[in-house]
Amino acid sequence: MRNELMDNVETSTPVSTNRMRLSIGPSHPATHGTVKIDVELDGETMVDAQVEIGYLHRAFEKSCEQGNYMHPIPYTDRLNYVSPLICNFGYAQAVEKLLAIEITERCKYIRVIMSELSRVTDHLTCIGASAMELGAFTVFLYLMKAREYIYELIEDVTGARLTVSYVRIGGVKADFPWEFEKKTRLALRKTREVLDEVDRLLTKNRIFYDRMRGVGVCTPEIAIQYGITGPFLRSCGVNYDVRKVTPYLVYDCLDFEVPLGIQGDNYDRYLCRLREMEQSMRIVEQAFDRMPKGEINVDFEGRPMSAAEMRDLSKFGATEGLLRRSVNAEPTLAGSERVFSGLVNIPERKVMLPPKEETYSNIEGLMNHFKMVMTGHGLRPPKGETYTAVEGANGELGFFVVSDGTDRPYRVRCRPPCFPTMAALPHFLIGYSMADLIPTFGSVNMIGGELDR
Amino acid sequence: MELGVTLRKLKEKFGDWLFDVGQAFGDDFFVAHKDKVVEISRFLRDDPDLRYNFLIDITAVDYPQRRPRFEVVYHFFSLPFKQRVRMKVPVEENHAEVPTLISLWEGANWFEREVWDMFGIRFSGHPDLRRILLYESFEGHPLRKDYPVNKRQPLVGPKIS
Amino acid sequence: MNTPAGGFFTSRLDKMIGWARKYSIFQYPFVTACCGMEYMATACSHYDIDRFGAGLPRFSPRQADVLFVVGTISHKLAPALKMIYDQMCEPKWVVAFGVCTCTGGFYDNYATVMGIDTIIPVDVYIPGCPPRPETVLDGLMKLQKKIQNQPQMT
Repeated sequence: MRNELMDNVETSTPVSTNRMRLSIGPSHPATHGTVKIDVELDGETMVDAQVEIGYLHRAFEKSCEQGNYMHPIPYTDRLNYVSPLICNFGYAQAVEKLLAIEITERCKYIRVIMSELSRVTDHLTCIGASAMELGAFTVFLYLMKAREYIYELIEDVTGARLTVSYVRIGGVKADFPWEFEKKTRLALRKTREVLDEVDRLLTKNRIFYDRMRGVGVCTPEIAIQYGITGPFLRSCGVNYDVRKVTPYLVYDCLDFEVPLGIQGDNYDRYLCRLREMEQSMRIVEQAFDRMPKGEINVDFEGRPMSAAEMRDLSKFGATEGLLRRSVNAEPTLAGSERVFSGLVNIPERKVMLPPKEETYSNIEGLMNHFKMVMTGHGLRPPKGETYTAVEGANGELGFFVVSDGTDRPYRVRCRPPCFPTMAALPHFLIGYSMADLIPTFGSVNMIGGELDR
Repeated sequence: MELGVTLRKLKEKFGDWLFDVGQAFGDDFFVAHKDKVVEISRFLRDDPDLRYNFLIDITAVDYPQRRPRFEVVYHFFSLPFKQRVRMKVPVEENHAEVPTLISLWEGANWFEREVWDMFGIRFSGHPDLRRILLYESFEGHPLRKDYPVNKRQPLVGPKIS
Repeated sequence: MNTPAGGFFTSRLDKMIGWARKYSIFQYPFVTACCGMEYMATACSHYDIDRFGAGLPRFSPRQADVLFVVGTISHKLAPALKMIYDQMCEPKWVVAFGVCTCTGGFYDNYATVMGIDTIIPVDVYIPGCPPRPETVLDGLMKLQKKIQNQPQMT
């Protein structure tokens, strides 16, 4: 809250205070993540703020250049570690755009469902952590409980709770397990109950309201000047959601709303996130209703097929349609003099890694796998570059991938959603009291992994 | 290939300063001369038919074999017209300097600092061109292709390479 | 004090202090990255780290006796970590949480410290990227065992 009381005091009785510099971070309990904020204080009011980032710089972009096109997938998990699946899909989408692959319909729905579950976990963490910093520890515990429900779902599908590496270029690792839909609907119902409790605990809570309302106000002009996107931008009333404005996957077939704020303060951001979770859950439920049956992976030409089908075809030499014409097939294994082998051992026969059972049980699968992962083989998108944006939990998450025609990405650039927000952070701090730093910083939802990469 | 309205307008107005205009993988892009960066960006932002009001990203790519060596890459997004466009600006290694876009978008500040930090490309007119992700005592610019991936410069602890 | 009587007395006292110490762990979570999510999950009600007497994080190094280093440490951050370790009072223990803190993990590049044991001594390594909460609890119990068995009055 702007300190009007303080202003009045100053006009009636001039009190001269020395300005004080205070350094917050890089390890501070309220900065979940490592960031340093140097503020200059006049009494309790912040008159200047400098933000220093880079404490979690892990050379994501350099590391991506070291291996083949599947190599960056585990790194993308750790970009935004609160919603790793969205980063996974964003990267895969960029490479698929380079390869001009259209993934299968079922896979699109799978990606939508997993993205939205991920978005829910992100918002749960954000609201939980910022509420805890304002003293609402109960809310934090409740929301973590809800997040556990969704982590269990994610673990069922991907095998991991957090760093999932679920995506493959041209598909996903595995289809949903048995009765997953039923489990999801149950988990969403329980999550809704928790959110309802939280809504009742927080939304009309006097303390929470007073700490959040009118604090950290962001105007649409400032937001656009800095390129801020996501819930932060929408809380000041600008309707920009990548899912709506430039739809990808199957978001244009699904019915959902984009919650907008009015004042652009912390309270609006909290409400935006709360409403967005409901919308995400709606998307998940709709996607389950509409999801078609079928394959989840594609071959090089974008044709859906099962691995078993591909093996059978290749055994009879029917690999015509699977060939990428620009590539010269060069069989290297013993037995390659057999009639069909020249057609079987096609280096870029498909984009997807074959399933584990294939790799371990027959020569085609093994060879296929080998050819996909060996240096100098594997995926080779044509020369060129592309930028693809998806709606991350914090805003527009873009991947700019440059290919030089070899099997290594020449450059992978991630456009981090919270980078512009952190750049603009001083605007939301200066003029407010010191204690307001905590809720404002919480509502930015800074994620070190994607900020510093 | 038919060009979109953005590229047509740009070609009309800045034809002599554009090296290349085209579409690739569904993205519009153009390659511009570095002296015209600010003017072109202002045109993109203010023209009533374009209104690219978001500066989404600034980054760079290093091509050691090419002359000029670097390419600074800008991404713009127009919320009113739902369009994206990419501007690429070739930069020499010896005069690695591009005009800053801070006068148009304040958000350019940090993006440009990052490009300086990672590639060593300067932005003329930038008020505060410091390293942003790394520390001041770091030598070299890690995203250049000639910087070894595991050449470490620790601040504390054993100095192993 | 190596006399039989003194030895008996001190070893009993040692055990008692060890018992008290291992169930009153005040941790300093030095949370930087992904592992923080699993740290939060461990600390919350679902896995409930409070069962092991480690439920109260202290955010001042002066009040803490176990430093949980949770997440990747970059070279830029390393001086801060060292400073925090130096500020902690004896006796103190360090837990390396996650593979990045143990060895640097797959971030083998210019920015990352290859294991925090190059900077500060580590007592328990909890591998995993990130470790599951169960692994964290296992690591915590190993730390408790270590606290119990070490000489307390040095």
